[in-house]
Amino acid sequence: MPPAGRVLLSVEGLTKAYPGVLANDAVSFAVAEGEVHALLGENGAGKSTLVKAIYGLVRPDAGRMTFRGRPYAPAEPRAARAAGVAMVFQHFSLFEALSVAENIALGMERPPPLRELGRRIAAVSRAYGLPLDPLRRVGDLSAGERQRVEIVRCLLQDPKLLIMDEPTSVLTPQEATILFHTLRKLAAGGTAILYISHKLEEIRALCDAATILRHGRAVASLDPRRHGTRALAELMVGASFAPPARAGRAAGPTVLAVEGLTLAPAGGFGRGPGEVSFTVAAGEILGIGGVAGNGQDALLDALSGERPSAPGAVRLNGRPVGALGPAARRALGLSAAPEERLGHAAAPDMSLTENALVTAQVRERLTRRGFVDWARTRAFAERVIARFDVRTPGPGAAARALSGGNLQKFLIGREILQRPVVLAVNQPTWGVDAAAAAAIRRALIDLAAEGAAVVMISQDLDELLEIADRFAVLNEGRLTPPRPTAGLSLEEIGLMMGGAHGMHEIAGGPRRETGPAAPP
Amino acid sequence: MIRLEKRAEPSRAWQVAAPVVAVGLTMLAGAAMFAALGKDPAAAIRTIFWDPLFSPQFAAYSRPQLLVKAAPLILIAIGLSFGFRAGIWNIGAEGQYLMGALAGGAVGLAFYPAGGAHIFPLMVLAGALGGWLWAMIPAVLKVRFATSEILVSLLLVYVAQQIVAAAAVGWLRNPEGGGFPGSRNLARYPAASNPELLPGTGVHWGVVAAALAVPLAWVLLLRHVAGFRVRLTGAAPRAARFAGVRPGAMTFACLSVSGALAGLAGLFELAGPAGQISIDFGSGYGFTAIIVAFLGRLHPFGILLAGLLMALTYIGGELAQFMLGIPKAAIQAFQGMLLFFLLGVDVLTNWRVRLRRRREAR
Repeated sequence: MPPAGRVLLSVEGLTKAYPGVLANDAVSFAVAEGEVHALLGENGAGKSTLVKAIYGLVRPDAGRMTFRGRPYAPAEPRAARAAGVAMVFQHFSLFEALSVAENIALGMERPPPLRELGRRIAAVSRAYGLPLDPLRRVGDLSAGERQRVEIVRCLLQDPKLLIMDEPTSVLTPQEATILFHTLRKLAAGGTAILYISHKLEEIRALCDAATILRHGRAVASLDPRRHGTRALAELMVGASFAPPARAGRAAGPTVLAVEGLTLAPAGGFGRGPGEVSFTVAAGEILGIGGVAGNGQDALLDALSGERPSAPGAVRLNGRPVGALGPAARRALGLSAAPEERLGHAAAPDMSLTENALVTAQVRERLTRRGFVDWARTRAFAERVIARFDVRTPGPGAAARALSGGNLQKFLIGREILQRPVVLAVNQPTWGVDAAAAAAIRRALIDLAAEGAAVVMISQDLDELLEIADRFAVLNEGRLTPPRPTAGLSLEEIGLMMGGAHGMHEIAGGPRRETGPAAPP
Repeated sequence: MIRLEKRAEPSRAWQVAAPVVAVGLTMLAGAAMFAALGKDPAAAIRTIFWDPLFSPQFAAYSRPQLLVKAAPLILIAIGLSFGFRAGIWNIGAEGQYLMGALAGGAVGLAFYPAGGAHIFPLMVLAGALGGWLWAMIPAVLKVRFATSEILVSLLLVYVAQQIVAAAAVGWLRNPEGGGFPGSRNLARYPAASNPELLPGTGVHWGVVAAALAVPLAWVLLLRHVAGFRVRLTGAAPRAARFAGVRPGAMTFACLSVSGALAGLAGLFELAGPAGQISIDFGSGYGFTAIIVAFLGRLHPFGILLAGLLMALTYIGGELAQFMLGIPKAAIQAFQGMLLFFLLGVDVLTNWRVRLRRRREAR
């Protein structure tokens, strides 16, 4: 599979903007025939938007594409399929009650009779080493087998380019091994594969070429086999780290201790639940990084009390609180701010005053013998609005009427003004404008400076390294041991993030030099 | 093309205006329907909305009937409104109404023919308990086994109807009734009856209970943290859990309130206007109360007005049937229009209508 083959797909200057975000900023790259080409980048780097443009799901604002030497601008996925582009999504679209063959027939423009289709499915699945019985009900299949149904559905179209979006995120290591064999076979047969992932090991084991995206820009095109995991991680994460501003602060006594907390897998990843253990001291900010969907939501729910655990799994000032609900934990000073603002942290149709009552009832004593003191509640909401510069007509405004940044300032402020002992936040600056994000980070730093412990879960590495004292990565429900951010090198972060867990069984295996060895 | 745009905030004006506009539209559409049936539309509308209250010929009978009919609707709808606000859909208030009546009636008949001031209060208690127990079946099944409370509570209505019918011909049948189905008439058993408290007004204990339930529900819903949690659960279930609301406990609480109030309504109806357990004791109050609850925008005072309005269309509808010969089905269609228009106009509270030319989405 020579990377020097004829160019199959070329993308030049592709740009796509969403309100407030430049998802793709003049991205250019090319995929050769028979090449396994990786699109590498952190979440939010623009990988999905880019492939959606190639598959006709998103219309780019600017830029040109050519496919097999001809100008290519698919208006819809049907046009992309007709041109020879197929895509396997991360989330499957299969009917569980129907058989494999019936599901595949549903996706075809002109399906042949089921018996004939069954023969073709069997033939394709044999040819590419994808064991699949066309008569089985999809509901009985594992995630890996369902993915095979999607792949076979694509292969029946005889595609020239196959796009795979994070295909191993739902697979067991054994299933991933089978998938890699299939992909290599396909490439050997001349089909190009565009492979989206953020797992560096996989990409080094499988891909001939890689394009690395960061903040919507293509920052490098290279041969991943010739570069170490470190170099790839550096490119992916960006070398522009601000020196950690809060490193080396003297920490107070431990206030929050999490020990052996199990986070059942939130999504479909097939590996067993991992365990999470960490401690946070008064005045300290613990940053927890990692790609979304690795247990972040479950961790926040376990801290807030929405997801009860064994009593001793969460301790606040030595007191077991794991079995307590959110209100009881809040009374003791363990507060939380979930990622999802509308619907979880706040009720969209309720006023800011009412939303203030959602978490501040106990600590701000907003009720008397069960009766709500609305004047006091309103005054508290007004204090949050004034102190955190929330732009809104007033506390009577509905939560959904506020912009993301203003609402988040209100919601974080609602917790901070209650003077929590521990505040856990998940993605506090996600979807928030830059000014509001800076204000929120500042507020969290101030809160820690006043002696509170802060647990900050985020996907924004820059942000975590900027304000956290210690840093850990949540990966498949497991937390790496926290390490001080001071003196933490980019390579080490890359390796903590790289997801080396569970990769050892994959064909090819990890190269030894990429193991968790100390940097020279 | 007509487009609906989501409002940033619900419109206060439309919140108040929607029921009024809906009633107006119902009158227009209803008039058209009556005209199509060959009846005088103005006379029909007047007979339904005006005559029961102000006609010298009928008002003396109709006015007390208004309270008699509205009280159970309001009492049941107040109970239902808590669940509906929290997203817990008790569709089976009719069954709880029946079982409350049966339990309360059975307690009263167990004392027959003794006298004593304790009998009626015990019946009231038993009525609430009967409705509550019947509502606990869907509650337990929902919390333990995640069944749909909509289906379970609805189907239990038909079970309750069979039980009431069996009681009327079996273990509660009047021994002195000459073999006819139906229990003794509680109206003729003073210690167990629910009489008209002020002659000529229709006010009985059920009307008093409804009149108390309305302000109490208002305080609970809008001034007490329990009501806030109910509203929060309906507005954003996950935010409610985040606030510390346990969904199972909320299900039990809401079904308890609606079941007990429906049971009370059943008992007051049985011991007062109806008098006896008969095969067809159920009169559909439990179902109509669902309409009343929504017509009143799930607000206690809204429900008060909606209950009175609904009772008016019932009484006026009957009047129109026998004065103008309008078929019963047309009256029911007219009542259905009321809910239809209310829900239709309700959209405007949260959405704004925009007329504009179709443009391609970028």
